[in-house]
Amino acid sequence: MEAGFFDRLAAGEDVEAGDAMPDAYREALRRFIEMHGNSELMGALPERDWIVRAPNLQRKLALTAKVQDEVGHAQLLLRLVEDLGKPRERILDDLLAGRSKFHNVFHYPTHSWADVAVIAWLVDAAAILSQKALLGCSYLPYRRVMKRICWEESFHVLHGRDTVLALATGNDAQREMLQEALERWWAPLMMFHGPPNDPARDQLIAWRIKSRGNEELRQEFLDVYVPRIWELGLRIDDPALRRDPSTGSWEYTEPDWDDLRRIVRGDGPATAARLGQRRDAARDGEWVRRCFALAPAA
Amino acid sequence: MAAVAGVFEVFRRGKSGGAMEHAGSLEAPDARLAESYARQLFGRRGEAAELWVVARAAIAHTVGASDELDHSYRRVDGYSIRDRLRAARAAAGVERGQFREGAQGDVDA
Repeated sequence: MEAGFFDRLAAGEDVEAGDAMPDAYREALRRFIEMHGNSELMGALPERDWIVRAPNLQRKLALTAKVQDEVGHAQLLLRLVEDLGKPRERILDDLLAGRSKFHNVFHYPTHSWADVAVIAWLVDAAAILSQKALLGCSYLPYRRVMKRICWEESFHVLHGRDTVLALATGNDAQREMLQEALERWWAPLMMFHGPPNDPARDQLIAWRIKSRGNEELRQEFLDVYVPRIWELGLRIDDPALRRDPSTGSWEYTEPDWDDLRRIVRGDGPATAARLGQRRDAARDGEWVRRCFALAPAA
Repeated sequence: MAAVAGVFEVFRRGKSGGAMEHAGSLEAPDARLAESYARQLFGRRGEAAELWVVARAAIAHTVGASDELDHSYRRVDGYSIRDRLRAARAAAGVERGQFREGAQGDVDA
């Protein structure tokens, strides 16, 4: 069954929820979607922190909607993981115990409202590029979920850009706050898509789980967003950053990939605090879940 | 209705008049909560004129049968009339498009 399966996969055939699949494919898929779902869940936390500190009611409502979206995405994704054979309880236990991974950008603290703006604009923009590379995924239930997620993410990026523009057109203190936030987030953003690897040797690409390599995604991010950052009068803190006009590709200072590996393993500046928040939320919400589980039928 | 714990499948009609489409699934302790989760998960931006929330266990699942016995006579691709039409015209001594008016011409062969 295995060889035939991978041949059909390579020939462009897709996989439906109930189809037989080799363990290796199922596991790769399960691990990938679980990290994605965990990232959505953990990604809601830095923004949740700012709901009470949002500068006005409009921003508060938009941020609340966004947090709900992220948690909703986690629900959609973790449902897929459950259908692939891992119960929700174990998914959450592994996350809380630090046994599973989530994206590097959610391991950092936020310092000001401008961090929220930069995250909503640039982190979401970087994430959308990765997520769009999943719209052709060979596992069809994931592909369908990604269609919905990308639809919702497009509102997030616009909301982020609008928030950034409010600061960029504000007073000196606001512009300075924005500049500082960009400096804090640039290194994590450059690491976001992962170290350059050979797409031809990437198993996830070979199995058509994702469609684009790390460096290709980072190059597109730089191509689209560096000009948009510069046009706001913001400076990017990397003397090596330039687009080579002859090749069309961007040069930049090599990020510290060991640092990335360390952070994603669970040793980031805010990892412990975030997991602590998640544990507190699980504990505080325990009675609600218990009530619902006992709720009489309608 | 008895409580149905577990997984529910949600179907969404985007606009009235459109078809129901599978929207995704969710987990809920009973049908009432499943309905309210479904509204939040799949309709909070006004993208659902209507939702069906169905316990997965209640769905009869079957996959499409292969067409081993050739049922192409049930479909339009089971018929090719082009050559027969030409032969019929020839037998009747009629030119293609002869009885048509206007400049439209004969579009089917």
